[in-house]
Amino acid sequence: MENSFIIDKLYKAFGQDILRMDTTSDILSFTVASPVIHEVIQFLKEDENMNFIFLTDLCGVHYPDRGLPLGVVYHLHNLRENKRLRIKTFITVNHPKVATVTDLFSSANWMERETYDFYGIIFEGHPNLKRILNVEYMDFFPMRKEYPLEDPTREDKDDKYFGR
Amino acid sequence: MSANINTYNKVDPPDGYSAPGIFATTFDKVVGLARKNSIWPLPFATSCCGIEFMATMGAHYDLGRFGAERLSFSPRQADLLMVMGTIAKKMAPVIQQVYIQMAEPRWVLAVGACASSGGIFDTYSVLQGIDRVVPVDVYVPGCPPRPEQIINGFMKIQELVGNESLRRRYSGEYMELLSSYGILK
Repeated sequence: MENSFIIDKLYKAFGQDILRMDTTSDILSFTVASPVIHEVIQFLKEDENMNFIFLTDLCGVHYPDRGLPLGVVYHLHNLRENKRLRIKTFITVNHPKVATVTDLFSSANWMERETYDFYGIIFEGHPNLKRILNVEYMDFFPMRKEYPLEDPTREDKDDKYFGR
Repeated sequence: MSANINTYNKVDPPDGYSAPGIFATTFDKVVGLARKNSIWPLPFATSCCGIEFMATMGAHYDLGRFGAERLSFSPRQADLLMVMGTIAKKMAPVIQQVYIQMAEPRWVLAVGACASSGGIFDTYSVLQGIDRVVPVDVYVPGCPPRPEQIINGFMKIQELVGNESLRRRYSGEYMELLSSYGILK
């Protein structure tokens, strides 16, 4: 399965909703507009020439300096051709909503919960979108860059010993 | 063999008055003596400190020499909660529940930097010391501490157990301590 084949098919199907394409890095990557992310992944899974039937990974990412700071990254795998694909989509902090892919991949259930847990990205249509790893009473999304990594309840750390 | 028969370690008697056939001392000293040499620890091992504890229980270091041969994996029969390792915030209610399930009198030993203070894991997901959820009697520093250090901490616990007043667990200060952790008697 050649890269050019996938690129042709995807551009033919989604055209201007594909915002960016990267063939130089390790895995062929596409950035797509967030409203069509579900359709893109459904196409990649169900189209008979594509067959990306395995969702290797789904995770969040936060680039606070960008216009669309929050992202979701999907790694797909065509097991028959042993071909991997990376799909990204970016959204705003104020409206961090993306369609769930749990209807396509059951494995997305916990991965979307984890992404919600750490980045606050809301997966619309998810059957049980609640925190999975962190404590239930946590009131922030720890992997977002605006939150300090350190435990906020520590009182004994003097900033001057840490160069701040 | 027979030459060594009188050289085994034995516990010294407490202060008191002896005469032929009698020995008089205070009741809490006798109780303390019995308790401190038959502590049943509950090992709560979550990471590398737990591995050091396994060495401590092994033949080379042998915590059994201190009367703590019998580990209690049920909190109901345990005297000493030994917390060894990083405690995530999600684990904190479990630690507290285990502590609540232990019968009085009970002691807690925090083994290693993580159990004592969070250690290097100063991060949103890790409890910054188990003394945020249960009262701790002795802290053992180290990352991880060597078995000798764990034994030293255990001997400090023995000191506390041996010298504890029989009334301590009924005192107002102790009740206040427990209620400050949200643990009711």
